[in-house]
Amino acid sequence: MTRYIRNRLVSAVPVFFGITILVFLMLQVVPGTITDLMGEQGVSSAADKAALEASLGLDRPLPVRYGAWLWDLLRGDLGNSYASGKEVSGLIAQRIGPSLLLTGSGVLLAVLIAVPLGVLSAWKPGSAWDRAAGVLCLVSFGVPGFFLCLVGIFVFSVVLGWLPSQGMYASGVYAGLGDLLHHLILPAGVVCLSGLGDLVRQTRSACLETLGEDYITTARAKGLSEGAVMVRHVLRGSLIPVLTTVLTHIPHIIGGSVVVERVFGWPGMGSLLFSAIFSRDDPVIMGVTVVIALAVLLTNLLLDLIYGLADPRVRYEEG
Amino acid sequence: MQGGRREVWQRFRRDRRAFACLCILGAEAACVLLLPLLLGLDPYTSDLTAGFWAPPSAGHWLGTDDVGRDLFARLLCGGRVSLLVGFCAAAISVAVGIPLGLLAGYRRGAWEFWIMRLADLFQTFPSIVLVLCLVAVVGPSVFNIILVIGLLGWTGIARLVYGNTLSVREKEYVLAARALGGSTASILRRNVLPNAVSPVWAALALRVGRAILSESSLSFLGVGIRTPQASWGNLIQYASNLTVLTTRPWVWLPPGVCIIVTVLCLQIIGDGLRNALDPRT
Repeated sequence: MTRYIRNRLVSAVPVFFGITILVFLMLQVVPGTITDLMGEQGVSSAADKAALEASLGLDRPLPVRYGAWLWDLLRGDLGNSYASGKEVSGLIAQRIGPSLLLTGSGVLLAVLIAVPLGVLSAWKPGSAWDRAAGVLCLVSFGVPGFFLCLVGIFVFSVVLGWLPSQGMYASGVYAGLGDLLHHLILPAGVVCLSGLGDLVRQTRSACLETLGEDYITTARAKGLSEGAVMVRHVLRGSLIPVLTTVLTHIPHIIGGSVVVERVFGWPGMGSLLFSAIFSRDDPVIMGVTVVIALAVLLTNLLLDLIYGLADPRVRYEEG
Repeated sequence: MQGGRREVWQRFRRDRRAFACLCILGAEAACVLLLPLLLGLDPYTSDLTAGFWAPPSAGHWLGTDDVGRDLFARLLCGGRVSLLVGFCAAAISVAVGIPLGLLAGYRRGAWEFWIMRLADLFQTFPSIVLVLCLVAVVGPSVFNIILVIGLLGWTGIARLVYGNTLSVREKEYVLAARALGGSTASILRRNVLPNAVSPVWAALALRVGRAILSESSLSFLGVGIRTPQASWGNLIQYASNLTVLTTRPWVWLPPGVCIIVTVLCLQIIGDGLRNALDPRT
């Protein structure tokens, strides 16, 4: 098992470097730097621009800059924001909690709904459960996340007046768990619903496949109740494909929550990324990207481990 | 592929749901392309007699926007842009994904390693974040958005082609062609490609849907297509104003419904195509 964990860890490293190099190049390759934007606000002469670029280290060649950025990163320094001058790590530290809360509850909710629904619809294809699952899948595939947000706000905030449509707290500061949950329901619901379709679909097809196995017939023949067959044998046998789906959809769900944060004014990393993109605040964009990449890799790693625990074949083959 | 093109089409026609969706999509494309010409609609000039935020009327079926432009005309012209972006971006994804998948699957070795690692890289990272950064950086224009969405969408297609190529390359007819001294290029083109690529048609329909979703999200968030040009996404952007959201649903509901109908049709067409191409599943 330790060897398996080590192998997984090692394979995550190149992906991390790949992503950071990709984003770094992307931000650097384009003509124009922050100094051009500042030029519009007063720093005008060419000499001023050159001095500013030198002070930000933008006059050095690309690999050197990437190396320097990476070295700072390893020491936990993500640089300072161009826009506010504050430390990027501080900005991210403020935002990471709300983001984790939103994405985490969205994923959890999606898994809690999708797995039972997938099992039920595989158990009796064509039943009411199956049709409900089909409709849910279509909604999840076809309705863009931002439109779900708007419809949610329109129905639950405007027409019914049940739920707030903006922010995390009613009065701007933490005022009890109830208030927070009240604000969380709509955005987390949207995050959950946009990730739900693929999960239900995969759970259903994995269970259908397992239902065709001989050991299911055996379990039924020895007189086990249908419920016991479904939970103890079918669900267990389908665990690996379901886990794989959760694993491959984590990035998708994180991406979706970036948009949701924007619409609901949720004070998380997505909102931070947006304001940084609009002001070309490169250090902040890089910082947020790194954290998202780390989050994706960590969740993948975690699921890989569960994978290894759930199926001994995985860890023996790779170990 | 099971049977020729005609058989696939016949199997597809028998799938009533998928065929109906194809008809809806065709009708929608015809409306979007022809109606503005037939009705002489103009999405760019303000109608000062109607005023701003006019409610739906005989002259303006969906009312007017914040500067008095006809919203029905903008809906149709926005549809042109959204469909254009969707289909062109998917075409780019396929044009990049098929050769890369073929190369990785047929050549194996270093090609396989690097192409598949690259695909992993693009798939482990939330694509909307990359698209956002890229579009913000290269600037929003229809061409740039098509390019960015198209270039970032190749992984799924490449993976599909790669998997099929792996199984096709060991088939007897490919071995025979190689033994007869066919060049790699001609074997790939004449023997591998036709057999490895057919499932891509189904994936293509889904890809178009995803591209339309990406474009509308970008435009809604203000980094995609920008006014005065219209797209379904940026028409919904009017609804980020709470007054519009609550009191003028005719402004933001129709473009939303258009997106949903289009994407769902493409989804169902994709499923129908997959079944028609491979009736065993």
